[in-house]
Amino acid sequence: MTSEAKPDQMAYYDREKLGQVDLRPGGADWMDVPVNMRPGSFIYPAKEKHLQYFGLPNPRQWFPTDPDWKLPANWKEIIIEGMRERLSKYRSFQVFMDICVRCGACADKCHFFIGGGDPRNMPVLRAELLRSIYRREFTQAGKILGRLAGGRELTVDVIKEWFYYFYQCTECRRCSVFCPYGIDTAEITMMGRELLHLLGVNVNWIMEPVANCFRTGNHLGIQPHGLRDTLDFFADDIEEATGVRVEAPLNRKGAEVLFVTPSGDFLADPGTYTCMGYMCLFHEIGLDYTFSTYASDGGNFGLFTSHEAMKRLNAKIYAEARRLGVKWILGGECGHMWRVLNQYMDTMNGPADFLQVPTSPLTGTRFEHARSTKMIHITEFTADLIKHGKLNLDPSQNDHVRVTFHDSCNPARAMGIFEEPRYILRSVCNHFHEMPENTIREKTFCCGGGAGLGTDENMEMRLRGGMPRASAVRHVHEKHGVNHLAAMCAIDRATLSTVCEYWVPEVRVTGIHELVTNALVMKGQKKREVNLRLEPIGAQAEE
Amino acid sequence: MRILVSLVAVVALYLLAWVGVGVLGLRTLFGTVLPYAALALFVCGVAYRVVRWAAVPVPFRIPTTCGQQRSLEWIKPSPLENPHTGLQAFLRMALEVLFFRSLLRNTKAEVRAGGRLIQGSSKWLWAGALAFHWCFLVVLVRHTRFFTEPVPWCVNLLAHLDGFLQVGVPAMTLSSVVLLGALGFLLARRLVTGQVRYISLPADYFPLFLLLSIVATGLLLRHVVRTDLSAVKEVAMGLVTFAPSPGEGAHWLFYVHLFFVSVLLAYFPFSKLMHMGGVFLSPTRNLANNNRAVRHINPWDYPVKVHTYEEYEGEFREKLKTAGIPLEKE
Repeated sequence: MTSEAKPDQMAYYDREKLGQVDLRPGGADWMDVPVNMRPGSFIYPAKEKHLQYFGLPNPRQWFPTDPDWKLPANWKEIIIEGMRERLSKYRSFQVFMDICVRCGACADKCHFFIGGGDPRNMPVLRAELLRSIYRREFTQAGKILGRLAGGRELTVDVIKEWFYYFYQCTECRRCSVFCPYGIDTAEITMMGRELLHLLGVNVNWIMEPVANCFRTGNHLGIQPHGLRDTLDFFADDIEEATGVRVEAPLNRKGAEVLFVTPSGDFLADPGTYTCMGYMCLFHEIGLDYTFSTYASDGGNFGLFTSHEAMKRLNAKIYAEARRLGVKWILGGECGHMWRVLNQYMDTMNGPADFLQVPTSPLTGTRFEHARSTKMIHITEFTADLIKHGKLNLDPSQNDHVRVTFHDSCNPARAMGIFEEPRYILRSVCNHFHEMPENTIREKTFCCGGGAGLGTDENMEMRLRGGMPRASAVRHVHEKHGVNHLAAMCAIDRATLSTVCEYWVPEVRVTGIHELVTNALVMKGQKKREVNLRLEPIGAQAEE
Repeated sequence: MRILVSLVAVVALYLLAWVGVGVLGLRTLFGTVLPYAALALFVCGVAYRVVRWAAVPVPFRIPTTCGQQRSLEWIKPSPLENPHTGLQAFLRMALEVLFFRSLLRNTKAEVRAGGRLIQGSSKWLWAGALAFHWCFLVVLVRHTRFFTEPVPWCVNLLAHLDGFLQVGVPAMTLSSVVLLGALGFLLARRLVTGQVRYISLPADYFPLFLLLSIVATGLLLRHVVRTDLSAVKEVAMGLVTFAPSPGEGAHWLFYVHLFFVSVLLAYFPFSKLMHMGGVFLSPTRNLANNNRAVRHINPWDYPVKVHTYEEYEGEFREKLKTAGIPLEKE
C-alpha cells in the first residue's frame, strides 16, 4: 500500500492482505450487524440530472455515508406496495421468496463472498435481505412470530443494507446453477434494485449510462459525429496495420444487416481492437451491413435498473432495424447485452415480423434458432464462416498469444454459447488452454464488475470479486504460460484488465474478433508485421 | 438459541401427546380428530399455495442455462442442461426432481494465501439429501400396508426387499436406518458447517427435529415397544374408510408417532417444506431456452416511453449532417 493511494486506486490495496479471506462466518447474527459503508466498497449515488432526464423519482443530493438519505416521507409504504406489486407480477420473485431451504449449496459460489468473506454476500443471505421483510409483511408466521420466523422490521437501516448488498451482486447467476430449485439471485437483486429505485436510491455508474443511452443511443453518450470520427480513426489504424482501407457505414438504409455492439467497443481499450476486428472481418467477406448511431449500443444498463428501463432502452434496436429496412440483425461481443437480446428483447419489443430469418450471405446457413428474434451472435456467424472455409486464416500470426477463454456470465448462463467462441479461438490460435473445469462454462466466475459495478470507486469489491477468476487465470499462466485472456464481453474487457493487472499482471485481456482479425489474411494486405494494437506479431514477438 | 427453540418445540409436542394419550387417554382426539384436521390442512394448504404460485404470471422466459445451446447444426447441444423444447425442459426437471442434478454439481471453496482459490468436489449434501428423500418415500410407501386391505403385492415386495438384511425380528428395514442416518447427517451438517450454521433459522431445525422424532418413534414402535400391529391397522383402516376406531390396543407411543406426523402435515403448507411443490414452478428450471426461436408473451406487458428516432434526429440533425450521415428529413 502506498501512502498517497486512494480507495479508488488498486495501489491502495495490499495484494497479500486482500488475498487472505476467511470463508467461515461467525459472530453476531447478520441482522444485528450494521453495514460497514467503507470507501472502495460502495458506488456513488446518481446525480439529479440523470434521474430527471430519464424520469425516475426523488432526484436529490445525498451520499451513502450520510445519516439522512432524504427518503420520501412515505418510503415504507412505497416499499411494501412495491413488493406487493412485484410478488403478483413475477412468479420467480414469489416462488423464490417461499421455497429456499437454506441448504447452503450457494453459499461459497459467489465471487464476492469467496473474495471477501462477508456473510451477506452468500447468495442465500442476499435473498434473506428481502425474504426477512417479506416474511414479516406478507406471511402470517412472520407477522406473529417475527424474528423467530426469520422476519424483521423494515427500517431505514434495512434500506441502507439493501443498497450496499444489491450493488454488490453482479447478477451473474452462478449461484443459480448450484441451487436445487434454481433460485436466481439475479432475479432477487433485480427486484431489490427496482424497489430501491422507487425511493430514488441508485448509483450514478448505472444511471448516467442509462440517461446517456436514452438520449444518444449509447451508454457513453457518443454523439453521431463522434461515432463517425471514432470509426474513421479505427479505419486509419487498420490501414496502418494491414494496408487495407475498410469502410464502416453508418445509418445506411437498405443494408442487409444491422450490426449492434456494446458501445464500450468504441471507446475503451482493449474493446476498441475487437471493434476493429469486426470491421476487418465484414470488409473481408464483403458483408452488406451498417452500424447505427441511433441504435449505437446493444448493451443495456436498463437491465441493471428495472424491467421498464430495460424495455425503454432496448426498443431502439428493432425500431432502427425497421427504419433502415435491414433483413436481420447481428450482435457483437457483449455479455449482459446478450442476456437482454436472448431472454427479453422479443418479449418486450417484438415481434420482429418485419425482419427475415438470419441467413449468412456467404454460406447460406439459416440460423433457425433465431427465427423469432432475427438476431444472431457474431461468434455464431463467424464460427459458421470458418466451418465453411470462408476465411483465409493464418493462426501462426497469433503464435505469440497463449490464450485462455473466459466465459462471460450472461452468454454462459442465460444463453449457453460455449462451443462457438472456443471453435473460433482454436481456429485462429495455435495455443489455447482451458482454465480449471469448475471455473468455466456454466460454472464460470464473474469479472467482478458486471451489472453496473465496474467503477473505480468500487475498487475494493472489484478486486475481491475478480479474485476467483484471476486465481484460475494465474493457474493457467503458471501451468501453460498463458498470456492472453479472451472474453466476449465489453465489461469483461474493461474490468478484467484491472483484475488481471492487480492479480496476474503477466496476462492481458483481448476479444475474440481481435484475435480473428490478427489471424485473418486479408485480400490486398501488406506483409503483416504488427497486430491491431500496432505491436509486433507472430514468432518475432516472442523474443 | 435457534436450535434450542426448535428442540424445545418438538419436546413440547412429545409431552403433549404423551400426556394426552398416556395420561388422559384422549385416543379419539389424537387418533382421529387431529389426523383428519392435519390432513385437511395439508391438502387444502398445499393446493392453495400451489394454485397461488401458479396464478402469478411468468413475464419472461429466464432459464439458467448449464450447457451448450442449440445453434449451428454441427455443434452438439446439451438438451438436458440447456433444453430447447418443452420435452427437454421436462426431462431436465425430472433429473432435478428425481436425482437432484444441481446439487450433484456442488463444490467447496477454500481460499489459500495470496488469493488462491481451491475448489473441490463436494457431493455429501447431494448424497445426504438424496438418501433422505428417497428413503422417506420408501418408508411412506411401506406404510400403505396399514391403510390397505388386502395389501398390494408391490408394497409387500418393497417391504420384503427393504428388510433383506434380516437383522432382528421384525427385520430392520434398510430405508429406516438410512433415513435416520441421512437426517442425522443433515442436522449435523447444519450444526457443524460454519456457513450453514450461520444461515440456519429455527424453521430449518424444527422440521429436522420433527422428522427425526417421527423416525425414532416409528423405530421404537417396531423394534422396542412392539406395539399391537392389528390395533394400529384398525386405527389406520378406520381413518381411510371414514369409520374411525379408537384402537384401544395400540401403545400410547403410537399416538405420539401419529401426532408428530399430524404436526408435520399441518406445518407443511406454511413452511419451507413447500419446496416440494415450488421446485416444479421455478422459471429458471422449467422453461426451454428457445427465446430466439419462439416468442414468449408477457401477459401484463405495457407500453413504455421511448426515445424515438424522430426525436433523436431532431436533436442531433446538425451533427448528423456535418458527419455526412444520411437523414430522414434533410
